[in-house]
Amino acid sequence: MMPDLGRYALEVSLAYVVSLGMIGALALFYWVRGRAVKRQLAEIETRRGENG
Amino acid sequence: MIALLTRDLRLALRAGGGFGLGLAFFLILAVLVPLGVGPEPATLALIAPGILWVGALLACLLSLDRIFALDFEDGSLDLLATAPVPLEAVVTIKALAHWLTTGLPLVLISPVLGLLLFLPAEAYLWLILSLLLGTPALSVIGTFGAALTVGLKRGGLLMSLLVLPLYIPTLVFGAEVVSRGAQGLAVNTPLALLAGITAGAVALLPFASAHVLRINLR
Amino acid sequence: MASFWEYANPLKFMRTSDWLLPIVAVAAVVVTTTGLIWGFFFTPDDFRQGSTVKIVFLHVPAAMMAINIWVMMLVASLVWLIRRHHVSALAAKAAAPIGLVMTLIGLITGAVWGQPMWGTWWAWDPRLTSFLILFLFYLGYIALWAAIDDPDTGADLTAVLCLVGSVFAVLSRYAAIFWNQGLHQGASLSVAPGTRMDWAYKAPLYTCMVGFGLVFVALLLAGTRTEIRARRMKALVARERMA
Repeated sequence: MMPDLGRYALEVSLAYVVSLGMIGALALFYWVRGRAVKRQLAEIETRRGENG
Repeated sequence: MIALLTRDLRLALRAGGGFGLGLAFFLILAVLVPLGVGPEPATLALIAPGILWVGALLACLLSLDRIFALDFEDGSLDLLATAPVPLEAVVTIKALAHWLTTGLPLVLISPVLGLLLFLPAEAYLWLILSLLLGTPALSVIGTFGAALTVGLKRGGLLMSLLVLPLYIPTLVFGAEVVSRGAQGLAVNTPLALLAGITAGAVALLPFASAHVLRINLR
Repeated sequence: MASFWEYANPLKFMRTSDWLLPIVAVAAVVVTTTGLIWGFFFTPDDFRQGSTVKIVFLHVPAAMMAINIWVMMLVASLVWLIRRHHVSALAAKAAAPIGLVMTLIGLITGAVWGQPMWGTWWAWDPRLTSFLILFLFYLGYIALWAAIDDPDTGADLTAVLCLVGSVFAVLSRYAAIFWNQGLHQGASLSVAPGTRMDWAYKAPLYTCMVGFGLVFVALLLAGTRTEIRARRMKALVARERMA
């Protein structure tokens, strides 16, 4: 399945791995932070709801 | 407005006002570079225009946080903002005071440092002229950066990060004037572009600085 | 027909993005994966560049997005300064890290490409230099947001910085061109005769460009939702302290 990349195999795969890794890391960061903020906000809103 | 200018100049010249620190920094840089690079006159002459411009730029940067920080702390900036003088004019005067206490001395001392770095004789005129044309832009752009970070604790490092990228065009054209002058090439194009950047920055940036200052003071 | 400005209302934005985000996210993953797999596995090697030509499917879309995202931030900043819509300011804030990563991908893939092609990881070429400068502008913008506590002050200051920065970024680009004529080839998709790219490369490249655009929109929606929530949270906490 792997195409023959010839003598530039390292460079090409490196570019793909690094780029996808960086986009993945960014997406993961946005997702984790989004969940954390959502949870904290829900907490605060229920607390306010209880207090009136 | 004249009173504001003389007040700012007096404050800067007084002990602890920081006048001379920028100059000393510029001098130290011109001493350190040959020590790091080696005493070869040909090498030094080649890099002298760049070193002198980068040095002037960093020396300018060092003294920027003084433009507003003290006035902000003792509250006189709030007074200036409510004074009948428009804040744009105040900002311009502040930038002028900064240039008179930092930029102008740098211009005057630069030939001496050029001597230390074996700057070719043809380049001195262009060095002085380009610094004279370029340093006002450095002061005005720096005033904008100082206005952005005026309310922040530890704003100094952040301000370097904000201001240095804005200095790039001035640096490129300024250093280009000197190195072309050193090689005896025509300098009209970079010189005109440098003057254009300075004119544009002096005309427009005070409005941005004043706007930013109002935001920070509300 | 709903007006675009309705989305300036945070509630309306939250409600719409709630169903829009999953769709865009799935589309982004599908299109980007398709484009990259197409580009990586099913394109022929270039007769001069060998297999390194496959880096183009990452390099060009990332570079394009790096610039487009800055333009989007500029527009969003103008909207905030003129019409005071909070969503706009928060969208600009959420876009900046994505732009930073895109710039970094453009620089890194360029370096990896340059090493076999030009024999060097880095050259002070106008395009490369401009991108490095753009990277610095993104860093400064993000650092200023991070340094300011009050969300409205932060939005105002960063918006002005974005405006002034845009002018200086363009100036820097021309300064860099003036300063050094480079080795970078002209625009990859240029229409000049003789340099036209073959459809075997163009089709996956366009797919990747759309994919990267969708990735940006998905991340932007997610990030803006988070920023809106974070802003509301800050306001609630402040109100609790007052009480």
